[in-house]
Amino acid sequence: MNNNETTTKNEMAPPKSSIGVPGWLKQNLFSNWWNTLLTIIFTVITIYVVKGTFTWVFFTAEWSVVSENFKLLMVGQYPDEELWRVWTALSIFTALVGISWGVWKGTMGHVSIFLGVVMAITMVVPFIAVGSRIWLAANIGLLVLGFAIGKQSEKLKKPVLVGWFLLVPIGMFFIEGFGLLNEVSTNFWGGFLLTCLIAIISIIASFPIGILLALGRRSNLPIIKWFSIIYIELIRGIPLITVLFVAQLMLPLFLGDTIELDKVLRAMIGFTLFNAAYLAENVRGGLQSLPRGQYEAAQALGLNKAKMMTFVIMPQALKAVIPAMVGQFISIFKDTVLVSIVGLIDLLGMAKKIIANPQFLGTQMESFVFVAFVFFMICYLMSYVSRRLERSLGVGER
Amino acid sequence: MSMQDEAKPLQGREDMIEVIGLNKWFGNLHVLKDVDLNVKQGEVVVVLGPSGSGKSTFIRTLNALEEFQKGEIHIDGINLSNDVANIEAIRKETGMVFQQFNLFPHMTILRNVMLAPIWVRKWKKDKAEKIAFELLERVGIPEQAHKYPGQLSGGQQQRVAIARALAMQPKIMLFDEPTSALDPEMIKEVLDVMKTLARSGMTMVVVTHEMSFAREVADRIVLFDYGEIVEMGEPNEVFENPKHERTKAFLSQIL
Ligand SMILES: Nc1ncnc2c1ncn2[C@@H]1O[C@H](COP(=O)(O)OP(=O)(O)OP(=O)(O)O)[C@@H](O)[C@H]1O
Ligand SMILES: [Mg+2]
Repeated sequence: MNNNETTTKNEMAPPKSSIGVPGWLKQNLFSNWWNTLLTIIFTVITIYVVKGTFTWVFFTAEWSVVSENFKLLMVGQYPDEELWRVWTALSIFTALVGISWGVWKGTMGHVSIFLGVVMAITMVVPFIAVGSRIWLAANIGLLVLGFAIGKQSEKLKKPVLVGWFLLVPIGMFFIEGFGLLNEVSTNFWGGFLLTCLIAIISIIASFPIGILLALGRRSNLPIIKWFSIIYIELIRGIPLITVLFVAQLMLPLFLGDTIELDKVLRAMIGFTLFNAAYLAENVRGGLQSLPRGQYEAAQALGLNKAKMMTFVIMPQALKAVIPAMVGQFISIFKDTVLVSIVGLIDLLGMAKKIIANPQFLGTQMESFVFVAFVFFMICYLMSYVSRRLERSLGVGER
Repeated sequence: MSMQDEAKPLQGREDMIEVIGLNKWFGNLHVLKDVDLNVKQGEVVVVLGPSGSGKSTFIRTLNALEEFQKGEIHIDGINLSNDVANIEAIRKETGMVFQQFNLFPHMTILRNVMLAPIWVRKWKKDKAEKIAFELLERVGIPEQAHKYPGQLSGGQQQRVAIARALAMQPKIMLFDEPTSALDPEMIKEVLDVMKTLARSGMTMVVVTHEMSFAREVADRIVLFDYGEIVEMGEPNEVFENPKHERTKAFLSQIL
């Protein structure tokens, strides 16, 4: 009898929680007179703000400042007849995104769709030149084609990774020429292109330096250890603007007359040196979060130091600090606007230059809103990808 | 190889581990005091002793996870010095199993087992994989090969850790309290794997509090107290007829 009671108890579905829209409203927004008042006040404010924004964006604003200067905002003074090279670099990037989407699915799919939608919208906007429309259409085609190819075969993983590693040198080759194509001096780089190039190059270059500094700071060799500590603390104690000035003015002094670095390169070096110090501290945090047993197990198996770091320690340490690192990358991306102080014309600098032109008097709002919108899109994308990455790698679960 | 080893008496065999006058300090704390111990090939030595007596420290000096200040250690004829090449050679010969398992959480079980054979022994991937599966079979969990350590029970993780150490085909296995972090119902599955391993002729040094294991499997018991070996002998001798007062005190607490 007793036995039966425990085994025959019916399984029950959980109680229904759906209380319907009116119920939800009542429970959350109008539960008492005080909540009701707050709800009404905030509704009024929200309607007011949304209506104002809507009217401004669609009726009041003079978007011609963006449309007429679209090329300047995107690529600066980059010569028209060489623009195909920027497009080619972008197309390689797009193709890689597409193939990666096919091979890895998941997050890359979301990135691809984002990229595709942005391109599609840009393509149909009225003020875009016909040539650009063709390139954009081709890029969307590449995205889809890449996906189709990537889906076919898992074996593409390695070539695609190699492709990503080669993307930056190849892209830079197309954009700058390196003596093989007509050189497009960095003086002509500007706008969003310059912003992206500085951010991408300094993020990538600072990565290995940051890891080495983090390892150096934990090294047993006093010289390496103290060099790393002094470097990291020095850089972290100096504002980024100062680092940029130092890179502009002092680097030529250190290097003498023999090597002439151009302005953009010096800015990239400044950002890289700055970013590396912060990255090193992030990575060090990740290293410290690992239990000693991980090192000991790797050593006991006979792995030497380099292999232990490469296969056991670093993957876990980096994984643990993805959120912090992406935060750092986002802030570097935004901080690129500081290059206007050393005379480079990035996206924001270009917008400021344009509104100084009497022809576009009184269009600051439009220009800055556009710049803000572009930054927001990129930064939000980065943060979104980081969150997805964390989840798919199971950060926090050990 | 196991049959031959069983037949051959221990006396006739060569020493796999030779420890002579070993001393170690942590700062001013003298944790190992003139420890002498020889372990023959195929011998199973169980190390007992109260908490803080230096058992872990001792077993960890054997594969250079801890340094020592005085004395000599020879593992399979290799002198354990500060020379990195010697340390690497010794670590290739010795596998170690830890109390906390210490599996690599970012790799699947299979990759945990294959990592060292591929990167230290330089085996081809096919060979490493074949042997990894054989070992996982041997410790009874081939079906978990593609899971991550976090998805396994403690007992399963510890068995993987044993397989991972064995994958390097070591001549010596060191165990530091391999069952102390396990729930009671999982202890047996790990001890069974260790027993099988002992019978196959593996040279083993085992720190444990599992007296049944010590009685059944050990060729010799070594009792540590305050960093010294206070008693050493066959299990029967030590358990039934301890010579030293401190051994009696320790055994009366445990049994
Ligand atoms: N890294 C260290 N630094 C300083 N002292 C240490 C360190 N590791 C261990 N000790 C000390 O050395 C002594 C021996 O420690 P050990 O871990 O070898 O003991 P044990 O016999 O393994 O004990 P248990 O049974 O609790 O594991 C203890 O007094 C301990 O506090
Ligand atoms: Mg211990």
